[in-house]
Amino acid sequence: MTKKLLIKISKALLLARWKQTLVAAIGVTFSIAMFISLLGFMGGLNNLLDGLMLNRTAHIRLYNDIEPSAKQPVELSEHFKHHYNFVSSVKPKKEQLNIYNSAAIMRNLKKDERVKGVAPKINTQVFFNVGVVDLNGMISGIDVDEESELFLFKDYVVKGNYHDLKTIPNSIILGKGAADKMLAQLGDNITLTTTQGNQFQLKVVGFYQSGIQELDKVQSYASIATAQKLLGESDLYITDIQIKLKDMNLAPAMAREFRRLYKTEAMDIQTANAQFETGSFVRTLISYAVGITLLIVAGFGIYNILNMMIYEKIDSIAILKATGFSGKDVNKIFTSIALSIGAFGGLLGLIFGLVFSLLIDLIPFNTASLPTVTTYPVDYNLYYYIIGAVFSVATTYLAGYFPSRKAATVDPVVIIRGK
Amino acid sequence: MGNKLLEAKNISKSFHDPITVQVLKEITFDISKGEFISVIGKSGCGKSTLLYILSTMDTDFEGELLIDGESMKQKKEVELSVVRNEKIGFVFQFHYLLNEFSVLENVMLPGLKLNKLSEKEIEHKAYEKLKILGIEAEALKRPNQLSGGQKQRVAIARALINEPLIIMGDEPTGNLDKKNSDVVFEIFQELVAVYNQSLLIVTHDNEFAKRTHRIIEMEDGRIIKM
Ligand SMILES: Nc1ncnc2c1ncn2[C@@H]1O[C@H](COP(=O)(O)OP(=O)(O)OP(=O)(O)O)[C@@H](O)[C@H]1O
Ligand SMILES: [Mg+2]
Repeated sequence: MTKKLLIKISKALLLARWKQTLVAAIGVTFSIAMFISLLGFMGGLNNLLDGLMLNRTAHIRLYNDIEPSAKQPVELSEHFKHHYNFVSSVKPKKEQLNIYNSAAIMRNLKKDERVKGVAPKINTQVFFNVGVVDLNGMISGIDVDEESELFLFKDYVVKGNYHDLKTIPNSIILGKGAADKMLAQLGDNITLTTTQGNQFQLKVVGFYQSGIQELDKVQSYASIATAQKLLGESDLYITDIQIKLKDMNLAPAMAREFRRLYKTEAMDIQTANAQFETGSFVRTLISYAVGITLLIVAGFGIYNILNMMIYEKIDSIAILKATGFSGKDVNKIFTSIALSIGAFGGLLGLIFGLVFSLLIDLIPFNTASLPTVTTYPVDYNLYYYIIGAVFSVATTYLAGYFPSRKAATVDPVVIIRGK
Repeated sequence: MGNKLLEAKNISKSFHDPITVQVLKEITFDISKGEFISVIGKSGCGKSTLLYILSTMDTDFEGELLIDGESMKQKKEVELSVVRNEKIGFVFQFHYLLNEFSVLENVMLPGLKLNKLSEKEIEHKAYEKLKILGIEAEALKRPNQLSGGQKQRVAIARALINEPLIIMGDEPTGNLDKKNSDVVFEIFQELVAVYNQSLLIVTHDNEFAKRTHRIIEMEDGRIIKM
């Protein structure tokens, strides 16, 4: 049977029952549209919540920790090699928080194919002197450009210009919570005391709001140079190297590699935020479950309409077979009817899904902790649309499979006798 | 033997539901080119059953069936459908047209399935056949807009489209009044006389049968006279 003839016959049968066909197609449209908008919405929320954390977290962080030596001296001794050694009251050894040879490490990392970007950081504790009160605070010295590029730093600077941090010497961007406590305004000079006991004056050039309140109360930012000055260290002093990878999933393996290679601590994001993945996963799972359930219901709709069509057209099937169409031809005819319902309904569903997503995207959604978000987040992931398209065709094919097989095995003799 | 279109050799068939009954017993006969044969016999003697076997729609029988010198026994379903499409035209008592298609398309469908000619040529041929049957004026109507006699003529045109070796009919006039039966009979006669078409027609109409070349009379699943 030629394709043209197949299409001709399928079309004729389909149009003869166009109302029922339309209802079946609308079933598919509805479920695909729901599937797309639901996944888009859930995906958007996931990205938002993940972003809250992941955007600002390095995939791998290199640092030095203060901890006891892994090998105690006694274990190095030849004499006690084959003994069980018990050492009590072990104390951490004095360790430089500075990453030794950090410039070379960073140069090396930037050359690595798997690495998207590298940003240095200095973390230090300070006390803000506000009148008679000293407030506890953390200052991170950052490379403003890299931090913006890799960790969307500027999105979280809610007031002031983030770039001033780089251009204005001795400047600081205060956490929103800390600034509120200090009653600090843009342009104010604030006084702080470092852990070494030195006093400094810094100019407030912006406010930072992460959406995590506890963090905003203590966390402030300065440039690397300013931070080095606060600590009285040279311009080689770096306490953290933050690495963003092209593929986040490589983080644990690469962390192990870097730990060996650079002789520093290396913390990967998966280990640091183990509980985080679970939430995203469950939300995605629920969306898929709902979407697939809808599709299965639509599949039954198609199954019904095809069964009805075959029941109604059984005479036509008998005639086609008597005049030389094989069971395979008949099967193809009904399968293509099912598939065209699926393809047509599915395509409409994708379009409606996109429209619904766009509508959701317009609904205002304001929350104090998320300054960059003004409407509900939607993820327009092409992947969802591909899955939707594949699912709609696959379900309709399955729904059409058994009715088509039934049609193929219709015995013309039985039908013709039955008249 | 060369011009034997169809040979039935010892064809027997039994139904097993509800009890085993043998409805065809050792049927043996053949059909040559240009023959107009009628099959008669009492109701229930197995005429339709025989016709379904000869037209390859029923494959559950014992014995041999040769069409155009080829055995049908070993053929698969797909191969048999090709035989039906190419070599056999079937006309039923009830007209069995597809209401989703126009009269013209109904006639064209087996031709399109055969796919030996272009669509244009098939359409042209379909018009020709409708003309032979005197209903070319109805070509673009839907089958359900036609009278019974007209429908039966459309069915005959459809049976003719691929120029089959043989046309089989199971009481094609059984559902028509006297006048329409005569029209159909005349068409059959013309097909035989002008186009040398072979015909095998089951009928209850003895008048009809008498005017054919050869009568095969059946009783209780056997041929008693031919
Ligand atoms: N599917 C079946 N199962 C059991 N018996 C059947 C079946 N089909 C037909 N028969 C029996 O086979 C016999 C022959 O039937 P057939 O239809 O061939 O008769 P016929 O000669 O065409 O009769 P009529 O002139 O009334 O059309 C009948 O006795 C009928 O009851
Ligand atoms: Mg009969």
